[in-house]
Amino acid sequence: MSKLSRDDVAHVARLAMLELDDAEIDAFTEQLGSVLATADDMAALDLDSVVPAHHPLGLVNVMRPDVVQPSLDRDEVLAQAPAAEDGRFCVPPALGEQ
Amino acid sequence: MSGVASPAAAGSVSDIANAVTNGERSAVSVVDAHLARIDDHEGAVHAFNLVTADAARATAAAIDERLAAGEDVGPLAGVPVAIKDNMCTRGVPTTCSSKILDGWRPPYDATVVERLASAGAIMVGKTNLDEFAMGSSTENSAFGPTHNPWQLDRVPGGSSGGSAAAVAAGFTPLSLGSDTGGSIRQPASLCGVVGVKPTYGAVSRYGLIAFGSSLDQIGPFTTTVADSALTMDVIGGHDPRDATSSTESFGSLVDVLDRGVDGLRVGLISEMTGGVIDGIAEDVLARVRAAAEALEAAGATVGEVSVPSSVYGLPAYYMVAPAEASSNLARFDGVRYGLRVDGPNTAAMHTASRTAGFGPEVKRRIMLGTYALSAGYRDAYYGSAQKVRTLITQDFDRAYADFDVLLAPSSPTTAFELGAKTADPLTMYLNDVCTIPSNLSGQPSMSVPFGVGDDGLPIGVQILAPLMGEPVMFQTAAVLENAQEDAS
Repeated sequence: MSKLSRDDVAHVARLAMLELDDAEIDAFTEQLGSVLATADDMAALDLDSVVPAHHPLGLVNVMRPDVVQPSLDRDEVLAQAPAAEDGRFCVPPALGEQ
Repeated sequence: MSGVASPAAAGSVSDIANAVTNGERSAVSVVDAHLARIDDHEGAVHAFNLVTADAARATAAAIDERLAAGEDVGPLAGVPVAIKDNMCTRGVPTTCSSKILDGWRPPYDATVVERLASAGAIMVGKTNLDEFAMGSSTENSAFGPTHNPWQLDRVPGGSSGGSAAAVAAGFTPLSLGSDTGGSIRQPASLCGVVGVKPTYGAVSRYGLIAFGSSLDQIGPFTTTVADSALTMDVIGGHDPRDATSSTESFGSLVDVLDRGVDGLRVGLISEMTGGVIDGIAEDVLARVRAAAEALEAAGATVGEVSVPSSVYGLPAYYMVAPAEASSNLARFDGVRYGLRVDGPNTAAMHTASRTAGFGPEVKRRIMLGTYALSAGYRDAYYGSAQKVRTLITQDFDRAYADFDVLLAPSSPTTAFELGAKTADPLTMYLNDVCTIPSNLSGQPSMSVPFGVGDDGLPIGVQILAPLMGEPVMFQTAAVLENAQEDAS
């Protein structure tokens, strides 16, 4: 695998919605690099014909009857939100700036 | 530095439930006694993020009234229980030991919390953990570390360190933890208590705040194997609210405890007991071998078995778990619950909230997982890890063709000093080297205390079993526990 760069770390931070300062980018570049180096050990295995395990029990499409069930109380849920109004969650503008 | 450990101080789950049911003790007196012990020693241990003393007394009084009225309160009548603070408790703050859930009170109970309450158990508090269960020492908590009750300058293990410490300190005879890569078994080993990671899907995860969804399992900490069996009988079984919950049943575990191990085939995992995996201490290996001898003396046959791909468990896990975590933790964005740090637009608010709310280890894992899933790297990292997972499961299945249960260390060492492994994440990750393979395969395993190391601190032996193999695992654990009592 190619070596992880500071630019890679800065890019991943943006994808993950995290803001890192220069010292954090330096530390993560080194630390993530060393974890990825251990992951490279897996390259020693012949995995071409191995089927990936996505789930320990191999469950697929667990369904339930399409019947309305009791649900959480809306007001109780909204009471836990940082901001709510008229039965909805409130956020700053999605486009432009406040 | 000495400790305050006294697992026996809390009494056993079954003794308390019997005494309360028979009217020999009131639930209120039980709860008062445990809260008094918490008052005396919690300052030194810091097992709890929150002690719910008033609610516990009120619940106990209600149970006493129901008993007085002749009602059947359930198999855990009056038993004080501590709940890891990543399981939802209705109206009671649930933090995951993270600042990002500051002030959040879940509007519902986790299924396990509901089942314990229905069985008559009484919650006395929420226990400390590594933030979002990411860690092996409980030092990654936003609220400060938990101390090992046996020796206070040592870690209790993690991530369920608060739950393990609560039982070891005698605060409660029972607590619940969650195990994604060893987070029940490793702290159980370091704190000298029994800890169980059930088969994936055997216990409902509804209301467990997700870390690695294909790996997470809830299980008990207790002082005895029988108490863990009793707890599993209460919390296990299908739950329609968890789509990954198994519809199969292995039946009552209390009923299998006296079956013994006569004729049972016990396999020592050679990679974990013979130097292939580095860093496993000699005193730990000595106790695992002693456990094998004890089982042999009780009628089992013991042999060595190789699980070759288990050496790739650690790298596979540190791709799969962070990848799933990066996805699961995307929901903490300042919109629906917990911390919000305002910004000029939605995206800026998300980023500001997450940056302020998550601690360094959680950020590290989110970064790692996001990278492992990102374009161009997904196949090499996440894809390979999922294939290694298949190999590990196949290796275990081969081992179980010749053996009924397997033995291994639970933790490579006894409890280490606070601060000893915080500088280098990779060193900390190595704590999980013996426990991770069971999470990747979904198979059950548990840690049973079996003596102490050169430093006098507890050592647990790990018993592993095939999928839904809890009965054979528990019958082995019961024999090991008896052998330990006979020896001491």
